Amino acid sequence: MNKKDQELIFEVSQPGRIGYSLPELDVPETDVAALLPDGYLREEAPELPEVSELDIMRHYTALSKRNHGIDSGFYPLGSCTMKYNPKINEDVARFDGFAHIHPLQQEETVQGAMELMYDLQEHLKEITGMDEVTLQPAAGAHGEWTGLMMIRAFHEANGDFNRTKVIVPDSAHGTNPASATVAGFETITVKSGEDGLVDLEDLKRVVDETTAALMLTNPNTLGLFEENILEMAEIIHGVGGKLYYDGANLNAVMSKARPGDMGFDVVHLNLHKTFTGPHGGGGPGSGPVGVKADLIPYLPKPVLVKKEGVYHFDYNRPQAIGRVKPFYGNFGINVRAYTYIRSMGPDGLKAVTEYAVLNANYMMRRLAPYFDLPFNRHCKHEFVLSGKRQKKLGVRTLDMAKRLLDFGYHPPTIYFPLNVEECIMIEPTETESKETLDAFIDAMIRIAKEAETNPEIVQEAPHTTVIGRLDETTAARKPVLRYEKELQNV
Amino acid sequence: MKHRYLPMTESDKKEMLSAVGVQTIDELFEDIPEKVRFKGLYNIKEAKAEPALKKELSALAAKNANAKEYASFLGAGVYDHYAPSIVDHVISRSEFYTAYTPYQPEISQGELQAIFEFQTMICELTGMDVANSSMYDGGTALAEAAMLSAGQTKRTKVLVSETVHPESRDVLRMYAKGQNIEVVEVPHKDGVTDIDRLNELVDSDTAAVIVQYPNFFGAIESLPEVEKAAHGEKAMFVVSSNPLSLGALTPPGKFGADIVIGDAQPFGIPAQFGGPHCGYFAVTKKLMRKVPGRLVGQTHDEEGRRGFVLTLQAREQHIRRDKATSNICSNQALNALAASVAMTALGKAGVREIAVQNLQKAFYARESLKKNGVEIVFDTPVFNEFVVRLNKPVKEVNQKLLEKGIIGGYDLGLTYEGLEKCMLVAVTELRTKEEIELFAKELGDSHE
Repeated sequence: MNKKDQELIFEVSQPGRIGYSLPELDVPETDVAALLPDGYLREEAPELPEVSELDIMRHYTALSKRNHGIDSGFYPLGSCTMKYNPKINEDVARFDGFAHIHPLQQEETVQGAMELMYDLQEHLKEITGMDEVTLQPAAGAHGEWTGLMMIRAFHEANGDFNRTKVIVPDSAHGTNPASATVAGFETITVKSGEDGLVDLEDLKRVVDETTAALMLTNPNTLGLFEENILEMAEIIHGVGGKLYYDGANLNAVMSKARPGDMGFDVVHLNLHKTFTGPHGGGGPGSGPVGVKADLIPYLPKPVLVKKEGVYHFDYNRPQAIGRVKPFYGNFGINVRAYTYIRSMGPDGLKAVTEYAVLNANYMMRRLAPYFDLPFNRHCKHEFVLSGKRQKKLGVRTLDMAKRLLDFGYHPPTIYFPLNVEECIMIEPTETESKETLDAFIDAMIRIAKEAETNPEIVQEAPHTTVIGRLDETTAARKPVLRYEKELQNV
Repeated sequence: MKHRYLPMTESDKKEMLSAVGVQTIDELFEDIPEKVRFKGLYNIKEAKAEPALKKELSALAAKNANAKEYASFLGAGVYDHYAPSIVDHVISRSEFYTAYTPYQPEISQGELQAIFEFQTMICELTGMDVANSSMYDGGTALAEAAMLSAGQTKRTKVLVSETVHPESRDVLRMYAKGQNIEVVEVPHKDGVTDIDRLNELVDSDTAAVIVQYPNFFGAIESLPEVEKAAHGEKAMFVVSSNPLSLGALTPPGKFGADIVIGDAQPFGIPAQFGGPHCGYFAVTKKLMRKVPGRLVGQTHDEEGRRGFVLTLQAREQHIRRDKATSNICSNQALNALAASVAMTALGKAGVREIAVQNLQKAFYARESLKKNGVEIVFDTPVFNEFVVRLNKPVKEVNQKLLEKGIIGGYDLGLTYEGLEKCMLVAVTELRTKEEIELFAKELGDSHE
């Protein structure tokens, strides 16, 4: 390492220091070697750090200062719904009766936890317009795969073994096709039209009796509501396929349109997006799945049921697809989401969507004069701009994103969706004030002007971060994926 | 409406609507076809103010018997261990928990470096070359290991020992169904994988042999024999391992494992009714480019300053889409951070001490139970769990234990034929001599 570098915990380590306080061994000590078969007592100790408790706290505090979270500043990352993460959620999830209960305790001893799960399911059913919900999937992509496996089981139960294809729009999240592959399907891409919506003619062309499902986000990843949703549902259902809702963008339509009413058969939600389970630097999330009545038999087991006021896990589900995760899902995240829903109530959730959509439209209109706006119509909770105009000046979307770092912002999602050139995808969320939006808009306008007058300052950005643009090519060509002292001085 | 999470004022709203060029917010939703428009409000519970909601949920939590109030002898994949106070303080720093995946490395160095350190610690514990940034949990990590093996060997059968966690095997079967992989279970003999049966079952179609170490019954598997069986047919040797046990046990890497997976929950992560925990995934260098999930690598900026980035992303779903071998996107980053802090706090000496204490206490508990006339079912060396046979249904005994302030062990009759009335008992460093003796006495008494 060089002097300016942030130390790794291994570089802070000093032989002989400790950072733990284990209970005294209060049972008679036995010879450990005698407790294990020959060759199983570890000879070389793992090289874990040797540091004091203060060393640890200083280290991680230093690291945290090199990290941008929602609490640090605006985070308009499209499709990720980076809204405020309420603190009461964190408190509730840490209650001993939620944090320190074991999944295999007898049901009588965890009725409170089961009640919370059950009531969360009831709330999610109403919010999505679906007939039943499972909380088992650990994340959005995991929910997608769970939903597709249920669709597969449904078709197979009908003796329909030729439905091998899942249709996905070209603007879809990358997880959609990947989940289809893992569930054993072939992915067929349907094109978007000039208007950014799924091209109905192309959809008619690609569907047939081999179609298992169409996966759709609505609003789509361009932030546009798929107005022809009922026609699309008819086309898919007409050939016997199922309609799958990717709930990543649910923040745009709460109390305005429910997937169940749009004709969707399966829905997954990202509780870490719409329902404020924090993103945690990449997880854990939670990806519950809701289904219409005809798919209920295929829900992963166990299914949570309530009989005469008592909650049970029902394992007697002969048609269930199986189990997608040990135990019952990411309960800790589900507790946070439940706390959030109960903090908002029906009026609150409606206001969430209304303000999320107003904020996005406001930003879009104010930025439209300075950037290319590929789809000039009302957006939902997010919108896309194109950096085509700036690209002609030699300034790429990536450069503008990096320049935003100098103003203390996390940049929007860039180069996604794939069908918009030099794409910039902005999702403000409802928890940001007008002042915050205005300040960000000003920064964007300033960068657009810099692209014309002083492109270098954008091309060479960021200038104020703890580190500059990193050499990703070397990282991939000569991967260093763990600390080794010898590799540090090269 | 006014709400503490919604800063919009009436005058903001007016100004913004006018900038957009509409009169009302409703106009922004006119693209939703009339027929699917939801009118009115959700029929859900009314909002509650913070103090009232906290009180309500606190009462709900209080209905659950928790490991802070009861002495728990329940393990079976989720353990009650020492969690240093510092863990929760670090993960409560909101720069970490309110961040997204570190796709913008310049403002995510903290998270990236923490993951790089996590990867290093997992490599150290498992004896492997490369570890990823985490998986959902041990069960899905195991299933992904099977998929990786099938892809790597271009074979379609995996052998999994019956001594692997039953719920992990359930998850494996689910993933296998999607991939048309055949899962064959290798029976156990006296609580460990039946090596003779394994040798009969393994063949040139076998993509992987999967065992757990310590296994579901707490026993130490004969890894050299499993390794020989797997590699003898050029199958992948996959070991699911409790990483805390590796403070004292020879790491699977030393036995020639190709893939080591498991759950880092024992390191500072609360049980929280089964999730979120923290899967880990470690491999040999040869398999580095086949690992599912995110990997953090070291690099530098133009001025030569050390920095970290997500790397080898060509493996992942957002680049490869339908050609991706895994669909994992979110992982368990915050829990990986928790585990890192716990592993750091324990450090080189503590991880050994904690593992040794588990060995000692489990041994002491086993001897105490024997003295009280309780039958030990498999007389094998174990880490911190073992099996006892009762002469009453486990459920009934556990009911009685609750009255004594004890959460009893796992009822093996639920998942294993021939182990009816058998209890899987876990004894961690947190169980005191007193608690162990009380437990042994109660179990002994239940025989009368």
